[in-house]
Amino acid sequence: MLELRGVSYRYAGYAMAVVHDIDLALGDGEIVGLVGPNEAGKSTICLLACGLAPASIGGGLTGSLVIDGQSMTGRPVHELAGRVVLGFQNPATQRSGVAATVFEEVALGPMNLGLSVAATLARTRAALERLRIEHLAERDPARLSGGQGQLVAIASLLAMNPRHIVLDEPTAQLDPEGTRLVGEALRALAATGTALLVAEHKTDVLDGLCGRVAVVVDGRIVLDGPASRVFGDERLEGWGVEPPSRIRLSRALAGTGVDVTAALAR
Amino acid sequence: MSEADAAYLASLAPAAPSAYHRLNPLTKAVAAIVCSLGAFVLGGYVGPLVILLGGIIPSAISARLLGRLLRISILLSLPIAISIVLVSVFTRAGTTVLFAIGPFDATLEGVDFAGQVLVRLLVLSTAVGLFGLTTDPRALVFDLERRGMSPKLGFAAVATVEAVPSLIERAGVIQAAQRARGLDTEGRLIARFRGIMPIVGPVLLSSLTEVEERSLALEVRAFGRPGRRNLLWWPGDTSAERVVRWVLVVGFLGLVAARAAGLLPRIP
Repeated sequence: MLELRGVSYRYAGYAMAVVHDIDLALGDGEIVGLVGPNEAGKSTICLLACGLAPASIGGGLTGSLVIDGQSMTGRPVHELAGRVVLGFQNPATQRSGVAATVFEEVALGPMNLGLSVAATLARTRAALERLRIEHLAERDPARLSGGQGQLVAIASLLAMNPRHIVLDEPTAQLDPEGTRLVGEALRALAATGTALLVAEHKTDVLDGLCGRVAVVVDGRIVLDGPASRVFGDERLEGWGVEPPSRIRLSRALAGTGVDVTAALAR
Repeated sequence: MSEADAAYLASLAPAAPSAYHRLNPLTKAVAAIVCSLGAFVLGGYVGPLVILLGGIIPSAISARLLGRLLRISILLSLPIAISIVLVSVFTRAGTTVLFAIGPFDATLEGVDFAGQVLVRLLVLSTAVGLFGLTTDPRALVFDLERRGMSPKLGFAAVATVEAVPSLIERAGVIQAAQRARGLDTEGRLIARFRGIMPIVGPVLLSSLTEVEERSLALEVRAFGRPGRRNLLWWPGDTSAERVVRWVLVVGFLGLVAARAAGLLPRIP
């Protein structure tokens, strides 16, 4: 289990904290969504959850990151690599730039871990297979579509064999087709029992994927609960979060007198 | 490891269309450095021309890229060559004045000096160009890493080379965006220069942001882990190549020593 316990954090060079008293747990095999308006602190929570803040980017932290009961606060990021990894929103910046093929790109992480060549090959193939992108193995990673690039980035994280994956707006820079590809990949991952913390603007991507959703507003978690309850909460739009289209549609239909629940029950 | 795996790993290495391409990157790097510096140590015309005609050109022919190498080398060194010619011909003191433009005299001594520098420049640009055209940066980095260099240094080198095209692409996008908002970036020189300024800031800032995110993404993938990595492939090396490298290095050091001791006869 990955836990943020009472975490407040301020970036280096700033006096004010950007997230306050965050308590968030990600159980083994659990899929948790993180929603909130722009500048709410979602990306900061992602950086904290994988140990990059403050270990790599500095800043002031109170509270702790705990994985499987052990405090990981202040540990070098490479020590956390097998336990938790973070995917960013831009596929281009996640490319190492030193790999000529997707296979080599995905293999970079296992190589960095000092694994044997045989183990690196096995992990790389397994990661590509889990996302069903073996057909991209020989392609130049710099010449993929946004969606394909993001799948390769996620496969690169999977090859680290982490128990928890944190994704910071994995579909933010993708077109509808790319969003669909990544959404499907996340569902496939969820089915294999990988624990995911997904910060995402597009609630449709999270709808049906997450068991639990936390809402972040002004650096605080204001609501945390089962996805169906959170997405159905009337306050969501007031916090700057658009509910999934399923909810909006049912509300719109209810406004015209159609009882969607009853209709579905029939 | 199975034969299939071994074959697959071998296929990851960059294609080598000629024997020169197949040489170990360090051998090609040493050859490029020794040729370049050797031309400057020897000086005159004959020494650099011997290096060019006896070493670089035959190598380029064997690599089947003589035409491309000459085109690229001349294009790359042209701006420097023009300034060298102008500065040397018109400002170098001499007794034989060939012609005058205003207050500037073009002297025979200046022409001679410019000629000598140009020959050395040609050797330098072709030697480095041949290395660049026949060596995949990854092959060099993996070879150096296998010899004990930190992967971080190698990454910095390759990432810098790889960053140039994306920097140019981003500059193009930002320029188009600025132009769409009415910025004049074409026409007169002053307009062009003025048009560059609003582009420099966004290009640099976005590049810095990208570098930061990329380094974080790498850290997540254990790039900062101390210790050696097991590479999937690396370029081959032979004992013959090791001998060639040592011969080149020792020969070059001998040349420098002879030059320093005044033992090297003056070659035209």
